[in-house]
Amino acid sequence: MIERSPIFNIVTYAAMTLGLLVVLVPFWIVVVAGSQSLQEVSRVPIVLWPSSHLWENIQAAWLRADLGPKMINSFIVAIGVTAGKIILASISAFAIVFFDFKARMVCFWLIFITLMLPLEVRIVPTYAIAANALLPFQFVLDTLGITGLVQAVTSVRIGLEWNLLNSYTGLILPLVATATGTFLYRQFFMTIPDELIEASKMDGASPVRFFFDVLLPLSRTNMLALATIMFVSSWNQYLWPLLITTDRANYGTVVMQLKALIPTQNGTPDWNVTMAGALIIMLPPLLVVALMQRWFVRGLITRDK
Amino acid sequence: MERRAFYRNPVLPWLLIGPQLLLVLVFFYWPTSQALYWAFTLEQPWGGGNSWVWLDNFIAIFRDREYWATVVRSAFYAMCTTGLSMAVALFLACFVDRSLKGTKLFQSVYVWPYAIAAPAAGVAFRFIFAPQSGIIGSINQIWPGIWDPSTNGVHALAMIIICHAWLGIGYNFIFFLAALQMIPRSITEAGAMDGARPLRRMFDLQLPLIAPTVFFLLIMNLISSFTDSFGLIDTMTEGGPVGSTEVMVYRLFIDGFRGLDYSGAAAQSIVLMLLVIALTFVQFKWVEKRVHYN
Repeated sequence: MIERSPIFNIVTYAAMTLGLLVVLVPFWIVVVAGSQSLQEVSRVPIVLWPSSHLWENIQAAWLRADLGPKMINSFIVAIGVTAGKIILASISAFAIVFFDFKARMVCFWLIFITLMLPLEVRIVPTYAIAANALLPFQFVLDTLGITGLVQAVTSVRIGLEWNLLNSYTGLILPLVATATGTFLYRQFFMTIPDELIEASKMDGASPVRFFFDVLLPLSRTNMLALATIMFVSSWNQYLWPLLITTDRANYGTVVMQLKALIPTQNGTPDWNVTMAGALIIMLPPLLVVALMQRWFVRGLITRDK
Repeated sequence: MERRAFYRNPVLPWLLIGPQLLLVLVFFYWPTSQALYWAFTLEQPWGGGNSWVWLDNFIAIFRDREYWATVVRSAFYAMCTTGLSMAVALFLACFVDRSLKGTKLFQSVYVWPYAIAAPAAGVAFRFIFAPQSGIIGSINQIWPGIWDPSTNGVHALAMIIICHAWLGIGYNFIFFLAALQMIPRSITEAGAMDGARPLRRMFDLQLPLIAPTVFFLLIMNLISSFTDSFGLIDTMTEGGPVGSTEVMVYRLFIDGFRGLDYSGAAAQSIVLMLLVIALTFVQFKWVEKRVHYN
């Protein structure tokens, strides 16, 4: 605050309250509708005050969309992707920043360029690769003539196949490569002074030791920030799980189930159940963001700038 | 920055970076090259591999009037969501930046939309805007049939744009606030000394100083509205009514997975990729020219 201006202060509070309304109204409506009975939610105009049926509605939604196993799947996928991303990002950045090898910049750019093309725009061929993840290796073997050679000698035809459809590997693995995470870690590692490496070299620490005992403890806040962003984005994945799981009963995630909760055109308009379901599905990432706000805001900003 | 102290080891760095490189090659570079291959070839109807057709797939989609309608719709969609979301976020950030008492509370709530899955927001907004429900639909009681996104394409598109813009508020707000708080106090104080009122300072001082952030967010939002709309459209309208909310990503999905037209979908993929790459390049060009405060 630069100058004292009571009138402008009032304007400021008014504007911020207006913003609060804009942001909160959708949340409020989800909570309100989720807590009402079918009669209450169908009333026109609706009464925007919570009622007492939230627990019943949650139970109904839980049953209808089979949310129990789906929640477990969502947690497995979100935690798997988050952990995988952090591990891969930190070790790749470690290699790029602290090791002297010729191809380091090439490697960095190979990873960094993937930032430019989100999954959505290359979805069809990525789906094809998920049906057989070893296709590129088969292609290499075929072109090099190794397949033919082996077949001539041993009369066994090499057919590499690894189907990722309907598996946790398929839900997790293609999302684990991370340009943003690698970039974030690289930015952080570059701020580590040379003296620290020299000192640990002097003390006889191997690179691996240096990584675990010096770098990881130093990068804890970065890790928290990255973990928050990654957890939110992997929990909220929609298109990829939708494609890769044809066996929804066993491998579906909660976000995929949202559509199943929407009342059908001619069915009962029980939006109260839908909203209760949406509420529990959106809750885990919301809690993570609310609790981790301080770290994640910093991480987001250093990442994207 | 050049490092003096390096580790030298012929094997270890490759072990460290290998897994990520492998993933990137299998799930990124291979599919992308595959998309290029499909875009320039056409599968034979009776099997027997693909035949090279040069630019036929691209010519086919560019001759398609409906494809152009999708492109125009996507561009309109992108501009509206970007403009709306950024305007709201900037408005809020400017006031939060005054850091009056209790601002922290407001600030933490403004970030919430960032955490919400697009399909979840889609379902919520679908209820809010449903013509039969008692929220926006209430106005149908006063003027029957004035609001109906399930039959009116303009209403449907407006509904999705509002939802997408709402989802972006949190992200944009974080960046605007960070940029505003980076402006040194001395500059703002000097402005106030010279008699510039808050509004004047906002237009003549703060906005020009955060121009790089505005530009950065502009590009990020445009990219996101071209690529991230799938979850929303799929839960809210499924492209309908009669294709009036079908944007590029959604059509790509429909052609590829429902129509099984891999070549056509691949050509659309390439067009979309080029668009995103172009936007990213524009951004990189700009990043070179940073604003300096001193």
